[in-house]
Amino acid sequence: MANHTIAHNVYVPFLEKKGILSWILTTDHKRIGIMYLISISFFFLVAGVFALLMRYELLTPASDFVQPHTYNVLFTLHGSIMVFFFIVPGLAASFGNFLIPLMIGAPDVAFPKLNLGSYWIYLLGAAIVLIALAKPADTGWTFYTPYSATTDTDVVLITLGVFVLGFSSILTGLNFIVTIHKMRAPGMTWHRLPLFIWASYATAILQLLATPVVGITLLLLITERTLGVGFFDPAKGGDPVLFQNFFWFYSHPAVYIMIIPAMGVISEIIPVFARKPIFGYKAIAYSSLGIAFISFLVWAHHMFTSGISDIAATIFSFLTFLVAIPTAIKVFNWTATLYKGSIHLHSAMLYALAFIFLFTIGGLTGLFLGALAADIHLHDTYFVVAHMHYVMIGGTVMGFFGALHFWYPKWFGRMFNETVAKIAWLFIFIGFNVTFFPQFFLGVQGMPRRYATYPPQFESLMSLSTYGSWILGFGIFIMTLNLIAGLINGEKAPQNPYGSLSLEWQVPSPPPLENFEEIPHVTDWSYGYGKKK
Amino acid sequence: MGDASTEHSHGHHMDPAVEYSSSKLGMWLFLGTEILLFGGLFAAYAIFRAKYPEMFFEQHVELNKKMGAVNTCILIFSSLTMAMGVSAIQRGKQKVTAILILITILCGLGFGVVKYFEYSAKFHHHIYPDTSIFFSLYFLMTGLHMLHVFIGLTILSVLFVLTLKGKFTAKYSTPVEVGGLYWHLVDLIWIYLFPLLYLIG
Repeated sequence: MANHTIAHNVYVPFLEKKGILSWILTTDHKRIGIMYLISISFFFLVAGVFALLMRYELLTPASDFVQPHTYNVLFTLHGSIMVFFFIVPGLAASFGNFLIPLMIGAPDVAFPKLNLGSYWIYLLGAAIVLIALAKPADTGWTFYTPYSATTDTDVVLITLGVFVLGFSSILTGLNFIVTIHKMRAPGMTWHRLPLFIWASYATAILQLLATPVVGITLLLLITERTLGVGFFDPAKGGDPVLFQNFFWFYSHPAVYIMIIPAMGVISEIIPVFARKPIFGYKAIAYSSLGIAFISFLVWAHHMFTSGISDIAATIFSFLTFLVAIPTAIKVFNWTATLYKGSIHLHSAMLYALAFIFLFTIGGLTGLFLGALAADIHLHDTYFVVAHMHYVMIGGTVMGFFGALHFWYPKWFGRMFNETVAKIAWLFIFIGFNVTFFPQFFLGVQGMPRRYATYPPQFESLMSLSTYGSWILGFGIFIMTLNLIAGLINGEKAPQNPYGSLSLEWQVPSPPPLENFEEIPHVTDWSYGYGKKK
Repeated sequence: MGDASTEHSHGHHMDPAVEYSSSKLGMWLFLGTEILLFGGLFAAYAIFRAKYPEMFFEQHVELNKKMGAVNTCILIFSSLTMAMGVSAIQRGKQKVTAILILITILCGLGFGVVKYFEYSAKFHHHIYPDTSIFFSLYFLMTGLHMLHVFIGLTILSVLFVLTLKGKFTAKYSTPVEVGGLYWHLVDLIWIYLFPLLYLIG
């Protein structure tokens, strides 16, 4: 018991203990968050290299760098690793783990051991997928039947890996929901919760409701290949479109599992650097839940050209447009928060502003694809690729980089070089747009996705896109180096470098093992900037 | 020592009342995901039944209704003993709880034995998961359920040992209650599978 009193007087940062066991056996949400952060960053860089290789092949019209089959493998690995190992666990597992208990004033998540178990399951899934690389699949990340049931590449192992990963996602979501319900500090009412918490809550609901369905779908695909089950095989009376229905019933909500946490990050960064209370708190909070709800009703918009009925297509098209409403609510509220604010262009803020700009382009081009007539023309072209990357990189990855720069001092207790961070941001912003904006034009002109070769008339736009990928890759490279350099020789970070009001900034950097010396009593929301107390 | 006790306090400083309600909420959420996992198969069942009503009618008679009915009774009875076990530990009766959990485990094993004979009879008649859509559904749905029976039995065995060791009392019965919830789900899913596969013509 003597230790008990000591622990309450002496500040022991959570990073204090050293040694590999203090990491792999930890139940501390902050350390588990770091392990996720390292893992997802690793997979982000690996899958990013696959993307650079693809773009290099596309520099010239002929397939002169890799064989078409290798190209198919490259886009499959790029897509499935980016989606399932980086962006789906992504912000939710890394920053969600680090921030949720700190932001709600709790000592940890509700089930710390389960939390560690989720991470091990994530690693197990990753290990299975790495084994699958011996004979990598060439199906695309969507694993569409009937091709995925017949190709002689290793579909079983990679889908098994994704299936295992799904459990990690489910258990993390479950842990976060219970944590947010049961572990809030006294006075931390629902309407005082930081918006990142609302976003994490909506994300966790999606993880819980959608992931089991993709789990069973992938299991069915595995039995299709191993036991000869024929649910998706027309020759046995099955229906390949059923796979698409099942797959997108998960994978469309999964799109929001990827983006909603990033929206939460933006809602935290903007008021701090605009020095204004967030505009439309409740609208932003409930629009997260609104997006989560509508996301379950739109899956068939991926299948307008798959032979679904006209009535179904019309209804799904209409429902798809509905998603624009809660999304636009967020964008308008962020913009209104900026209005007449005293804006400080910190690197995290630059990423947040890039998010608003790029995500808006991504969102609006989504409406083109949701419109039936336009989609017949644009389906499976580079327009889709460009749209998706504007949402996923322009949205989620900008949010992820923003979060990295924003919470870096808190998490690691060090500062990075702000000037280099801004230069890296500039390269990333320019590189991203040079890579993906030309792809809208390619798509409208009819260039289909997933081909290693293309007609010569597309060469100028295609090579422009490839040059852009180099600028983007270079920017990410500088950013990574800068953040790593900060860990080694960065200045010590103060407790609250931006004068932020939310709870995580009221503890030392890095936070103590137990988060709070005493559980705080919350008396107000965390967005009261620019007002006298 | 210092490190050990900090690490120890780190995992266990939750208020018991909060821990109880958290565990229950967590398990209910998990059961929801289990329903959704089976939901994919139930959806496939509905779609293919609507598409091939004759196949479902002709092939469901191959299933052994008696064995299915026996298994249904076994599982419902095991749910009863599980519920009685939870009630017993809430009143602090550790021995009674242990016996009731043991009976529940035996019922689960009995279910497995009956299922084993059912599956072997099917294989004996050269009926496999790839025989038809109906039998694909039969094997996958009952197989996935069987997997859940095994998981449930593992949980129950752990609970049985811990009960014997006296880990649970009237004040602390959370694991028994939460494990019980899981077992009821295993029972509940079977109660849907039995009529869908064996009875409806």
